[in-house]
Amino acid sequence: MKNSIIIFRKQVKDTGRNLALGIQFIMFPLMAIIMENAIQVKDMPPHFFVGMFAVMHIGMAPLNVMAAVISEEKEKNTLRMLFFGSVKSVEYLLGIGGFVFSACMVGTVVFAVVGGYGGVEFLRFLLIMAAGICVSMLLGAVIGILTKSQISATTIATPTMMVFAFLPMLAMFNETIAKVADYAYSQQVQLMLNGLASGTRTEPKSLLVIAVSAVIAVGMFIYAYRRSGLL
Amino acid sequence: MENQFQTKEFQTEDNKQLDQNAIAIANVSHRFGDKEVLKNISLSVKKREIIGLLGPSGAGKTTLIKIITGQLVPTSGSVKLAGCDMRSPSPAIYRRIGMMMDDCGLYERLSCYDNLRLYADLYRIDHDRVEEVLKWVGLYEARKCPAQKLSKGMRGRLMLARAVLHRPEFLFLDEPTSGLDPATTGHIHELIFGMCKEGTTVFLTTHNMTEAEKLCKHVALLNEGKIVEYGEPQEINRKYNHMNRLKIRLYSGKDLDLPNTEEAAEQVYEYLQTRQIETIHSTEPNLESVFLELTGQRLQE
Repeated sequence: MKNSIIIFRKQVKDTGRNLALGIQFIMFPLMAIIMENAIQVKDMPPHFFVGMFAVMHIGMAPLNVMAAVISEEKEKNTLRMLFFGSVKSVEYLLGIGGFVFSACMVGTVVFAVVGGYGGVEFLRFLLIMAAGICVSMLLGAVIGILTKSQISATTIATPTMMVFAFLPMLAMFNETIAKVADYAYSQQVQLMLNGLASGTRTEPKSLLVIAVSAVIAVGMFIYAYRRSGLL
Repeated sequence: MENQFQTKEFQTEDNKQLDQNAIAIANVSHRFGDKEVLKNISLSVKKREIIGLLGPSGAGKTTLIKIITGQLVPTSGSVKLAGCDMRSPSPAIYRRIGMMMDDCGLYERLSCYDNLRLYADLYRIDHDRVEEVLKWVGLYEARKCPAQKLSKGMRGRLMLARAVLHRPEFLFLDEPTSGLDPATTGHIHELIFGMCKEGTTVFLTTHNMTEAEKLCKHVALLNEGKIVEYGEPQEINRKYNHMNRLKIRLYSGKDLDLPNTEEAAEQVYEYLQTRQIETIHSTEPNLESVFLELTGQRLQE
């Protein structure tokens, strides 16, 4: 556990000096603050921009950052050196995962505050977002594990991220896309957030899709880890 | 020129003695696909010794280091480090190893201090040791500088600092001075000697025969995956003393290059008697010329 904390601290410092990664954690929360305050359109669903950017946030930041960090460490052999320092794979993944999750949750708190959620709703908002972030993190880790360089990781992570981050937005404009998007965890997160904002009940289907997505992501992660390991 | 001396050594030593060696490599072969990069390598290294593995690029030096340190599992043969089988190394053995390899990355955005502090934390070492090591490698003034802004020589020293931070029993250095200026090279040599004096067993690869002669108690000449010669540098040079030649310049302006034979000695005696010799030098073999004779290749190729 101590090694995970050391890795966590290392990642905090490293990301602090890496603008390309750091910006991913703040971009969408910042957009939500600006848009929620700048644009007020009649008949717009409550906290429309919070829901939209929150889903983009969970689709992009955890997936991209996990893939980028793991693939960079593999490419530059820093991961190998960590293992020489007696860091176990699980400790490494917990350290990096812990950092990405925490950083994403900081953004999530910003969304919740901008959305004006309080009390139980605040906690529900965090829980819904946490579920989406975990699935995205697992997908990012799979990409990081299966690729050998940052460039190849980005090549796969970018389109994957775009599908999950932007599918809910595109679904608003096209029924066919909406039908397909129904099977994406990010779309169900969007629907749950919309429900939370409008005070409607969460559909069991949403929970089911997110749960199945999580199981698939865990399965993919186990497969990737067994196939390639971290090195 | 198979590894007769090493093979013989392994045949005469019993397993207990093998385990007492700091590093014991027995009949190691390794293939990458169809290419056999190491062929039946046997070698033993005693504690507190500096051993050099000499060979041109592509000879298999880095592969052998990776096998000894457990980064690669050999196709056949066994490797023991302090008695630990490196085909399935225990995590504890890694705390006893320091490694400086060209492809062992640094965290480019982190400072020299932070790069070392990370490992100090992992090894549960006091942070004072980080400052001590930074001073030791001459990087204390640059401790706040990100690794990406360091020169090649400074990066090499930072990697060496990381390798010795936890006072390892075994230090593996893969071409530690490759491409460095003479001043940095000299500094790194002093540091390596210092580590050895403190009790560290040093295993280094190089294609620089001067470095090997200066640093190593024993050297193994590696070519195309095979050890073609092994021993103390001076001993190897003496063994190939038949390569000793006499270079003579006569007053007439004629240059002579004579072998070290009785016939040539008589010829030299004659020149001496008739006072024809302006200058006379003898050229003893060195590891470079021995390697050339054994393989037909130069070490620097």
